[in-house]
Amino acid sequence: MSILRTLLASCILLLLGGTVLTAATDGFRAFTTETARRVAVLRHPPQVPSVSLETQTGARINLADLRGKWVLVDFIYTRCISYCQVLGGEFAQLQDQLAAPIAQDRLVLLSISFDPRHDTPAELAAYQERFRRRGTGWLAARPLRKDDLTQLLRTFGVTVIPDELGGYVHNTAITIVDPQGRLVQILDMGDPKTVAQAVLRNMGR
Amino acid sequence: MIAIVRQHAGYVAVILFLVLLLPPLRRVLESSMALQMLVQVPLLIGAGYLWRDSVPAPVTALIERWNQHGVTGLVLTTLAGAVWMLPRSLDAAVSEPWVAVAKFITVPLLIGLPLGLSWPHMGFVIRGVFLLELIATFFRLGWLYMVSPMRLCNNYLLDDQQRTGEYMLVIGAVILAGVFGKLLWGRFDSGP
Repeated sequence: MSILRTLLASCILLLLGGTVLTAATDGFRAFTTETARRVAVLRHPPQVPSVSLETQTGARINLADLRGKWVLVDFIYTRCISYCQVLGGEFAQLQDQLAAPIAQDRLVLLSISFDPRHDTPAELAAYQERFRRRGTGWLAARPLRKDDLTQLLRTFGVTVIPDELGGYVHNTAITIVDPQGRLVQILDMGDPKTVAQAVLRNMGR
Repeated sequence: MIAIVRQHAGYVAVILFLVLLLPPLRRVLESSMALQMLVQVPLLIGAGYLWRDSVPAPVTALIERWNQHGVTGLVLTTLAGAVWMLPRSLDAAVSEPWVAVAKFITVPLLIGLPLGLSWPHMGFVIRGVFLLELIATFFRLGWLYMVSPMRLCNNYLLDDQQRTGEYMLVIGAVILAGVFGKLLWGRFDSGP
């Protein structure tokens, strides 16, 4: 009898454990935090907070002011020597590939710095210059209050940790925000063509 | 030393658990992937394992009726272990306070304690299956952590992840050597 009881208990545990594991991995789709936030965003697009930012020209804008346009957001720090360099180059390329919607004022690219103490408007402008910024349509900005930065990082799911060289390591991605100010999709960097297609697909919907 | 730990296992378990809860120690152990995965979590499992002697005899007797050869306990240990092996869980245990609470409760109670209660009832074959699966898991995950070009945890650096992978291969090899040693020179008198 003890064997049957053990079998029964084990089967119940397997069912329960399977359910927990399914829930903990979003149906075996997300094993890492990075995938998990992509899955979560697709399911429930979160609202982007209305925080004020200072741009590369020193102008103050509020993220809420960008409602009505599509926004492509990435997070950077200008001293970065690895990923952000790639991201910067990618944003410059996206300016070309998405020139039409940018010219129609339906789309804007926005790089937000998570190192606001160092990234003054001058530093942000220099960062863009490094990628031979073409005309308008690409804003680089820093949040002015620490709370705002925390809120932004939390909503966009960006984790920043110090590395061993005095810089930072952070998960990198390009995020699409729709005209209602909702974060609708998170995309990998490294392939601007796919990002451009995804943006156009979202805009065409 | 081992004799003292055995004699006062319950106290050792509680002290070990409370020490692991100390915020400065938590900060240190959770600052690196290797320390969290290969030191903090195993010590929490150890605390749960040692706590088995504090479970009242009637409860142990009841559990035993549902735990022939320790199979049920092994299933629970394996499933709970699988959840805490997900990179996502380790990440969340650092960034989300409620996941940290869940970790400190479930790792000792759902991994360590069932293992402690079941191990004495596990025969040679079941122990062998458990240990070989454990070794295989260390090798598989260790290899994945070593070669993955992506960071699997947003809270940890890539070189930390690669180092963790190397340590896991070493630990897997040590357990394997232990199993070989036992097979070649050991005595198999424990367990039914």
